[in-house]
Amino acid sequence: MPSVIVLLAWMIVPLVMTVWFSFQYYNLVNPEAAGFAGLDNYEFLVTDPDFWAALTNTVILLGSVLVITVGFGTLLAVLFDQPFPGRNIARLLAISPFFVMPTVSALVWKNLLMHPIYGVLSVAMRAVGLEPVDWFAQYPLASVIAIVSWEWLPFALLILLTAVQSLDHEQREAARMDGAGAIAQFFFLTLPHLSRAIGVVVMIETIFLLTVFAEIFVTTSGGPGNASTNLAFLIYARALLQYDIGGASAGGVVAIVLANIVAFFLVRSIARRLEV
Amino acid sequence: MQDSLLQRVTTAITGWAVALLLFFPIGWMVLTSFKTEGDAVKSSLAFTPTLASYGEVLARADYLSFALNSVVVSVGGTVLALLFAIPAAYSMAFHPTARTRGTLLWMLSTKMLPPVGVLVPIYLLFRTAGLLDSRIGLVLIYALMNLPIVVWMLFTFYKEVPNDILEAGRMDGARVFSEVWHLLLPLTMPGVASTGLLSLILCWNEAFWSLNLTSAGAAPLTTFIASFSSPEGLFFAKLSAASTMAVAPILVFGWFSQRQLVRGLTFGAVK
Repeated sequence: MPSVIVLLAWMIVPLVMTVWFSFQYYNLVNPEAAGFAGLDNYEFLVTDPDFWAALTNTVILLGSVLVITVGFGTLLAVLFDQPFPGRNIARLLAISPFFVMPTVSALVWKNLLMHPIYGVLSVAMRAVGLEPVDWFAQYPLASVIAIVSWEWLPFALLILLTAVQSLDHEQREAARMDGAGAIAQFFFLTLPHLSRAIGVVVMIETIFLLTVFAEIFVTTSGGPGNASTNLAFLIYARALLQYDIGGASAGGVVAIVLANIVAFFLVRSIARRLEV
Repeated sequence: MQDSLLQRVTTAITGWAVALLLFFPIGWMVLTSFKTEGDAVKSSLAFTPTLASYGEVLARADYLSFALNSVVVSVGGTVLALLFAIPAAYSMAFHPTARTRGTLLWMLSTKMLPPVGVLVPIYLLFRTAGLLDSRIGLVLIYALMNLPIVVWMLFTFYKEVPNDILEAGRMDGARVFSEVWHLLLPLTMPGVASTGLLSLILCWNEAFWSLNLTSAGAAPLTTFIASFSSPEGLFFAKLSAASTMAVAPILVFGWFSQRQLVRGLTFGAVK
């Protein structure tokens, strides 16, 4: 198993280095202040309001995007399961955002849609007599959530649609014979059938959403202030903008611990279904 | 019992409305890319299409080098990941040990570690090794980044190959290498292809490592596009043209392969 060894080395070496640096004074612009720091970096981190803001933002971002994409994804999956003219083309259009690279989607949203003067949204709002909004200045986190949801909704749709289509049509027919309305069918037949697929969607999205970076980097740079800084961006800013390797590493350790807590529950729920 | 006409019309209208709404940002981007800079900021549909922006983006000599970087690192990273993953998935699928299950789950959990957690050490290691801003560095990162997913996907595809076939091959005296090369690979070609496809898409769109580890020499298209975010770079039409070119190949790719992708992405859990 050569790849397991490679992967092990790949994960362990940087991990150990991160943990090691997190206990050191290590600043690239201030080489004199080196040496063992003990828990100073961590103390500095937990007393830093930026850190708590970033942690909260990370969780809010993850939670909202999950709710939005799984919720709408389920509804849309049921919708696109119905036959209608041109359904295949409509479906291709609907899943397209997933294939767009994050920097492009962030920039297109920022400049073409949400720009306070030239964006389509502002133009539309002015047309109906509303005051245009500077989205990224006034609602930074919500704007980032909107972009990220737009990117991941097609993914949820794609997976859930496949699951809906595998639903037994005879079963559905039987339910209808028994007098189940559309809503009852959805809740008692479709939704239980989808639970496994929803689990998969939640797991994969969580993996990627904990580390959202490009969307923030391109649009708000974490601002204004720290309003849209998540952990990933905070660590980046600490390490590569402020050259504070020790502090950034401490943040990295926290991020890893956080991810492990999430991963623990997710992996356990998957392990139960895994047949090896 | 047939749905009423009204119901069907509503479904069709809602379906198309949702699809167009979701596609709107992409469509608008493509539309803007054919405008002049003056028209681009006007948000109006009345304009004369022009290819000027495409010309200007392509005329910047470095655009092609960014595109080339994207191709090289995506393909390189995918090939490297497959080279490692094929033997690993093979041994796990056909010669499982007591630890196979644990190893698989552990690999998946590594994928959940945020890359930022290890950004600093990797950055310093790369700086020491002279790999910063080099294509080889990115290829290595991408291969390792996708390795867990690639192994998992291949594993689920391999599981569906009956052991008897390989058994028969072994009876005929096939060594391990030819067993994999002449039997397993041809049998699972669609699976390997969709695995490679997904890895390619992930590499092509990757923006964390490329933004942090490259500056000019090895930067792929994601980085190039990100450079448009600076305020003085506010050229809507050129931005759209560059973005359209960066997105188009992978978008078309995705359209054709969506079915295989679902299976791959869900590790075969949803069929």
